[in-house]
Amino acid sequence: MSISTSKSEQAKLTEQDRELIMATQEGLPLVSDPWGELGRQLGMRAEDVLARFQQMQNSGVIRRVAAVPDHYKLGYRYNGMTVWDVSDSAISEMGQRVGDLPFVSHCYRRPRHLPYWSFNLFAMVHGTSREEVEDKARQIKDLLGDSCAGNTILYSSAILKKTGLRLRKQKDTP
Amino acid sequence: MRLDTVDKQLINHYQRNLPVCERPYQEMASNLGISEDEVISRLATLQSHQVLSRVGPVFEHSQAGASLLAAVAAPPEQMDMVAARINKAPGVNHNYAREHTYNLWFVMTAPDEDTLDERLDELEHHLKLPILRLPMVEGYHIDLGFDIDWDALP
Repeated sequence: MSISTSKSEQAKLTEQDRELIMATQEGLPLVSDPWGELGRQLGMRAEDVLARFQQMQNSGVIRRVAAVPDHYKLGYRYNGMTVWDVSDSAISEMGQRVGDLPFVSHCYRRPRHLPYWSFNLFAMVHGTSREEVEDKARQIKDLLGDSCAGNTILYSSAILKKTGLRLRKQKDTP
Repeated sequence: MRLDTVDKQLINHYQRNLPVCERPYQEMASNLGISEDEVISRLATLQSHQVLSRVGPVFEHSQAGASLLAAVAAPPEQMDMVAARINKAPGVNHNYAREHTYNLWFVMTAPDEDTLDERLDELEHHLKLPILRLPMVEGYHIDLGFDIDWDALP
């Protein structure tokens, strides 16, 4: 898999960046000097590893660096993808307000595909029960008011695959 | 595993942003008032119990290529087979079963938009089912986690 830089907004990745992504996509080394440890793996100086890493943060290639919790493991057994049919004139403002709710983990506008799919706002909510998810969905519904013509909740019944971004070396790609 | 107050603080403080500096765990340790060794060993334990899926960077797909959310309405009796075919397709990195006519929801990624379209066309042809293509038009809150209500958890 190669990294495309054809779109102007995409940051240019060097070969070293790609190696750094591959070395850290499953996590940073949990040692006192993680950059030094990565440097030893990649044949780079610790300060250069840190500088490249910060550069990728600044350019937006790295969205955030975090201790990423597994919400399911924590006890949030119910994951509801709430979807809403919001009027085109209101969606930008309303999407932002829904995204700002403290219990919403992702909030996106996506296209409708009429007549099959009429929902253009997606907000992910998590709960320890269906009732909790439904209560949160009700708060979103109250917020949207008349701008919303319809909605539903799609509960997840199984996680069939879940991996983060995975880069592979070019030669591994058939 | 049972989480104590310090574990919860670690998650609350650092689920969105971890310091990216010379000694990140040292900095976290001084914020929490514990030793660097303890930060490291707690993170390792939380990770080995999969309470943390990872401690590290979250990459932006759109900066590294193209991706979109897609859905198919698989006939219920064929769901396992359709899901297996989707999982095997190149570039699929998430696949959730959901309770809806559109019962399989997955994220397809590719190095660029053209390859993404080709991969979806090919999968659509292979599945003999139409794929609902739902690229992000605008993001209002992009995968930053949410405030965990510890008291509500079992």
